[in-house]
Amino acid sequence: MTVVPQAASRRAAVRHPSMFLRMLVRATVLRRGRAASALLAMVVAAAVATTMLNLYVDMQAKLRKEFRNYGANVVAVVKDGQRLPDDALATVQSALGGRGLAVPFAYVVARTPGGQSVVVAGTDLEQVRKLDRWWSVTAWPHASNDALVGARAVTVVNPNSKLFELSFQGRNVQLNPAGILRTGASEDSRVYMALPDFEAWTGVSPSTIEIAAAGSPEEIGGIVQKLTQLLPSAQVQPVRQVMEGEARVLGKTRATMLAASALIILTSALCVLSTLMGWVFDRRRDFAIMKALGASERLISSFFAAEAAVLGAAGAVLGFGVGVGVAAWIGRVNFHAPVVPRLNVLPIILGGSVAVALISAALPMWLLQRVQPAVILRGE
Amino acid sequence: MFVRLVYESFRRQKRRKFLAGIAITLGVGVATAMIAVATDIGDKISRELRSYGANLLVTPQDDTLDLQIGGVDLKPPSDGAYLSEADLPKIRGTFWHHNIVGFSPMLPVNVQVRARGPADSVTLLGTYFAKQLTFGKESFVTGVQITHPWWKMQGAWPADDSQDVLLGENLANKLERNVGETVEIAGIPHRISGILSTGGAEDNQIVAPLSLAQQILGKPGAVRRLYVSAMTKPEDALARRDPKTMNPELFDRWYCSPYVQSIAYQLQEVIPHSHAEQIRQVAQNEGTVLSRIKGLMLLVTLAALIASALAVSAAMATAIFERRSEVGLMKALGGGGAAIASLFLAEATLLALLGGSAGFAGGALLARVIGQSIFNSSITIDPVLFPLVLAMAVAVTFAGSALAIRRAVKLDPVFALRGEA
Repeated sequence: MTVVPQAASRRAAVRHPSMFLRMLVRATVLRRGRAASALLAMVVAAAVATTMLNLYVDMQAKLRKEFRNYGANVVAVVKDGQRLPDDALATVQSALGGRGLAVPFAYVVARTPGGQSVVVAGTDLEQVRKLDRWWSVTAWPHASNDALVGARAVTVVNPNSKLFELSFQGRNVQLNPAGILRTGASEDSRVYMALPDFEAWTGVSPSTIEIAAAGSPEEIGGIVQKLTQLLPSAQVQPVRQVMEGEARVLGKTRATMLAASALIILTSALCVLSTLMGWVFDRRRDFAIMKALGASERLISSFFAAEAAVLGAAGAVLGFGVGVGVAAWIGRVNFHAPVVPRLNVLPIILGGSVAVALISAALPMWLLQRVQPAVILRGE
Repeated sequence: MFVRLVYESFRRQKRRKFLAGIAITLGVGVATAMIAVATDIGDKISRELRSYGANLLVTPQDDTLDLQIGGVDLKPPSDGAYLSEADLPKIRGTFWHHNIVGFSPMLPVNVQVRARGPADSVTLLGTYFAKQLTFGKESFVTGVQITHPWWKMQGAWPADDSQDVLLGENLANKLERNVGETVEIAGIPHRISGILSTGGAEDNQIVAPLSLAQQILGKPGAVRRLYVSAMTKPEDALARRDPKTMNPELFDRWYCSPYVQSIAYQLQEVIPHSHAEQIRQVAQNEGTVLSRIKGLMLLVTLAALIASALAVSAAMATAIFERRSEVGLMKALGGGGAAIASLFLAEATLLALLGGSAGFAGGALLARVIGQSIFNSSITIDPVLFPLVLAMAVAVTFAGSALAIRRAVKLDPVFALRGEA
């Protein structure tokens, strides 16, 4: 009854914004099924896009953490004929600012009672355990004068796994072989012991600090520079083997993820496009009636556009929630740490969804505008 | 009649068929490309992880202990045992030789170096740079350029049969020597072909062709240790078992899997009196990094499959929904629900097969492009995937159509024909 005069002119619609709203709401409520399926498509697409973007942004940090298992990426070695200052370790730790590990190492060549030489290293065993996670150790030493014996050194220093003796510059020490160490590299030929015991025995202080710094290559470069200034008696170098391998693998993985994300987002946009196009096309009778009743093209366009935009925005917000959940789940399953939701992804998703929804509405509109209402109403 | 109906439907509704076909093609294409990338990513990343260098170390079996501190070898050269250089090409004959990317023998020798002023004791490391070797009829190139990709060179790599040497960066600074000049090693001048920077112990060493180191040591054919870089499968429970305790069947399975342990076992078989061990820093971490990346890609592929399945279903549902007046007409003329449904499903199958084939071809191409642009090596797609992908395309198209068909068939023809649905 009231529809005719009010929808008849554009001015009327402007004067009665509530009518515009009512049409929007009624259109959605009356065609629940179709609206729901269109909304579902939007939600799924937005969720997939959110998941991919979140993963893409967070993957780098997650993988960097995995790469830190390769151990030290920076090494400070004392220069020939000099000595590291006593507070060197504290200096390094303050430069790291809590984002990384620093482990001191001291080395001497000791002799067994049989006269054979063996390298003995003093270090912070608790920290080494965190730094060099690939070390395969039967039992980590705890007590004083406990030692970790390399798999190849075992035959030389204590073939019968009892207390063994080593001497350095005439001073002897009795060590208890707490565990056997296996790394496959030069560590296998060494004996490791706690730094305080080592210093009390040999009087030799650490010559090397191995550092695992967290962060991007630029941040690590900054730490190297800072340490070079702070420790003039040491040569501070990045471990190229570790740094370059990481950069390479990470770069390739990122590129693959980017390609995958682009493809997936494109596909889900396509899904939205075909669903929404169908939805709008399906309502060509409404369109024709409105036109026959005298509504201007601009009014109809803005009506359909508003509908699409609302759908797009609703889908984006719901999808964002779902996507963040999925990303967190993937993080937990794959990296054993949740992916932190990135709120800065939301505007991108929102904008993208609304844009895709508008495009999907505009295409059928453009087709319908060229058709006479009478033809549509006849159902042809 | 049935065939004609399907044929006419395709002939007359080209636009609609085209749109649905495009959706199927794109969906299948993306799914195919992602499956191809995901199945191949392990191999590709495994190869990239080789940039961490060797993951296996072969040493003489009855060697004395290494006396190495900070890369300086303190062991007297007379001490310990050696591997024989003549055995090295046999590595090419092991079961997993395709997985062995390269190997580099190392022979450290302590030498007296004179540049200006008094002589200095320095480690000279003999190795292969890019040595041409032959095994049987096959010839191949191996050396540090392959196994130690992070070694950076300023100048030129020495030829493996020359007397030229490389100076480590720090040593070159200390000796104040540059590329093209000579350095006196054990009394004989050698040309410096390049300055080497590794970020490791080699920065303070001289690196020379293996033959030169053997000549200085006076032991032709001697090799102290051998670094092998191999692509391996991440370790699992079977990998960690001791081969001695396995039954023959299990042993075969273990032997024929590219675990780092079984490759080490095979290296020991071909190189007499040797002991091969995994370098745990490289080998162990490789497995975790690889499984993380593979897991990530697997989940991403799953997301891609879901997204493309939805896109295809949505397109099909829309296409059929638009044709409900046609369904009404058929019903009005006396068509049964089953007959109408089978007509639409036949059309969907045809579309799925056509779109699926085109999508598979497109996806294979896409995978190739991704492989070329990211990994510089093409990702080949297994033809076995083709029927699988087609079956998936048909299933998804069916699923997408089924609901829409059911609704169209249930609709009263009168309403459908009046266009009131």
